[in-house]
Amino acid sequence: MSSILIFEQILNGLQFGVMLFLMAAGLTLIFGVMGLINLAHGSLYMVGAFAAAAVAGATGSFFAGLVAALAAAALAGAIIEIGIIRRLYDAPHLDQVLATFALILIFSEGTRWVFGSFPLFLNIPQGLSGPVSLPGGIEYPLYRLFLILMGIAIAGGLWLLIERTRIGIQIRAGENDREMIAALGVDISKLYTLVFALGAALAGLAGALVGAIQSVQVGMGEPVLILAFVVIVIGGIGSIRGAFIGALLVGLTDTLGGVFLPELFKLFMDSGAAQKSGSAIASMGIYILMGLVLIWRPTGLFGARA
Amino acid sequence: MKFEERYLNLFVLVGLLLLPIWAQAMDEPFTITLATRAVILALAAVGLNLALGIGGMVSFGHAVFFGIGGYAMGILAYHAQTYTTLSLGLFETGGTNSMPVIWLVAMLLSGAVAFVIGLLSLRTSGVYFIMITLAFGQMFYYFAISWAQYGGEDGLSIYVRNGFPGLNTLVPIEFFGICFVLLCVTLVLFARLQSSPFGLALNAARQSKSRVAAVGLNPTRVKLLAFVLSGAVTGLAGALFADLNRFVSPTMFSWQLSGELIVLIIIGGVGRLMGPVIGACVFVALEHFLGEITDFWHVSLGIILLCIVLFGRGGLIGLITGKEGAHV
Repeated sequence: MSSILIFEQILNGLQFGVMLFLMAAGLTLIFGVMGLINLAHGSLYMVGAFAAAAVAGATGSFFAGLVAALAAAALAGAIIEIGIIRRLYDAPHLDQVLATFALILIFSEGTRWVFGSFPLFLNIPQGLSGPVSLPGGIEYPLYRLFLILMGIAIAGGLWLLIERTRIGIQIRAGENDREMIAALGVDISKLYTLVFALGAALAGLAGALVGAIQSVQVGMGEPVLILAFVVIVIGGIGSIRGAFIGALLVGLTDTLGGVFLPELFKLFMDSGAAQKSGSAIASMGIYILMGLVLIWRPTGLFGARA
Repeated sequence: MKFEERYLNLFVLVGLLLLPIWAQAMDEPFTITLATRAVILALAAVGLNLALGIGGMVSFGHAVFFGIGGYAMGILAYHAQTYTTLSLGLFETGGTNSMPVIWLVAMLLSGAVAFVIGLLSLRTSGVYFIMITLAFGQMFYYFAISWAQYGGEDGLSIYVRNGFPGLNTLVPIEFFGICFVLLCVTLVLFARLQSSPFGLALNAARQSKSRVAAVGLNPTRVKLLAFVLSGAVTGLAGALFADLNRFVSPTMFSWQLSGELIVLIIIGGVGRLMGPVIGACVFVALEHFLGEITDFWHVSLGIILLCIVLFGRGGLIGLITGKEGAHV
C-alpha cells in the first residue's frame, strides 16, 4: 500500500469529518443551549440538499443553490421552532424524541410528495470539478478539497461567532443559566429561535455540499443524523470543540477502517474472508470507538463532568 | 364515558382474540395475518415497555433485539433448510425448524446482547442513553448489511414456516393462536413483575436513583436486569415476526423500527400494562386503512403523534379512562 493512497484516504476521512461537524455543531448547540434533542436535524439536512438541487437545477448556478439551501433550512428551522419545538423545551426527553420523530415522518413524506421518490442530482460546479495536483504528486478531487477548506472555514467562523461576538456571549450565557440572562433583559425566545435557525442552516449547508457528491433523496438525512449523534456523544454533548474533534475522529475512523481493516486481516486470513470480515468489522468501527470513549469518559471527551 | 382500566384491558384482549376467529369464519386470512402482526408488534412493545415504561430507560435501539430474534430464526431455519452445518467456533451444529428451540435461542441471544449494550449504555443517562442506544442500533444494522453469508442487504428467505409440536403453523389461525398465547403469558408475567419487589425497585429506580441507592439497592443493577428481560422479550417477538413473514432482512434492525416501537407505547399509554397492545392494534389498523387511501400515510401518523405529544397525556388509555398518568 503506497503512501499516496494513505494520504488520499486521510483527506477523504477529513472531508467526511468536517461535513459531519456541520451537522454535529448544530445538534450540540441546540442541545447545549435549549436542552433539546432534535431528531429532525437530519430532515433539515435533507431540506437543504433538496433546495440546493432544485434551485441549482433551475438557475444553473451551484452557488445560488448553496444560498437557497442555507435560506430554506434556516427558514424551515425557524418555522418548526416557533410552531412546535418551542413547546418542548421543558418537556421530558421522551416527548422531544417523539415529537421530532413525528417531524421526520412529516418532512420525509412531504418531500416525497413534492419531489417524488426518485433521487435528484446536484452537479459539481465547473470551476470545482476535476482533480488538482497536491505537493508530493497526489491527484485529489478539487471539490473534496473545497469541502475540507469550507468545513474548516465554517468551524473557524463559528468559533469567532461564539467566542467573540455579543450573540456568542448570549449563547454561552444561555447554556449556563437561562433564567439569569432572561432576567438581564435578553429576549430568550428570540435567542432560541436564532440558535435553532443557525443550527438548521449549518445542517442545510452540509446537505447541499454533500448532495453534490451523493444523490439527493428522501431519507438521506437520518444516517448522517445518527453519525452526528455518535460524534457529539464522543465529543461531549454541548461542546462545539468536542463536536469538531469527535467529527474528525469519526470521519477518519470510518474511512481509514474501511480501507485498512481488510488489509490488516489479510495478514492472517485468506483474501476473500479478510475482505468480508474486515469490512463487516469496519462498518462497526465508529460504534466501537464510541463504546471505548464511553468506558473511559461517560460524558464524552469534552463533556461537562456529571 | 369513563372506563375502569382493567375492563378496558379485558375488552381489548377479547376483541383481539375474536377478530381473527370472526375472520376465520368469514374466510378472510389476510385479516388474521394483520391481527397476528398486531399481536407480534404488541409483544415487542411490551418488552420495550418494561425498560421504557417502568424503568424509564428511553431505548431508541430496541430494533437490535427484534433483529437478533429475527436473525436467530433466519439463521437456524436457513441451515435446516439447506442441510448445512452451523459452525460456532468450537463446535458445529445443524439448523433447526422447531419454534420452541428458536425462541429459546432468540431470547438468550438478545438477552445477552442487551446485557452488553445495557452495561455500556447505563453508564450514562438521559439524552446520552437515547443517542447511544440509537447508535448501537445502527451498528447492528450496518453489520447485518455487510454480513454477506446470510444475505447481506437482501436478507434471507425461509420457505417453510417453522414447526410447533402438534400444530400446523402454516394455517394462519393456528399461528395466530401461538402468538396470542405468548402475548398473554408475557402480559401476565409483566403484571406480576410490576407488583413484585423487583418491579417496585425498578419503578423507584426510575423516579429517584439516589433514594434506591440509599435503601441499599443498586439501581444500575436493577435497571440492567430489566433491560436484559426487556431485550429478551423483544427478541422473542422478532423471531415470531420473522416467522410471520418467512423473511429476515437488515430492516428489522432499522432505527425506524425502534422509533415505531416507542410510538406504539406512546399511542397506547406509557407504563400501562395494555398500552403497547392498544398501540399496536391502532398502529396496524392505521397502517392498513390509511395506507389504502394514500401512499403518504406516514404524514398522518406524524401529525397524530405530534398531537398526542403536545396535547394528549397518557395516550389512548389515558383518554378513555380519564387518568393521565400510569404511575399514580
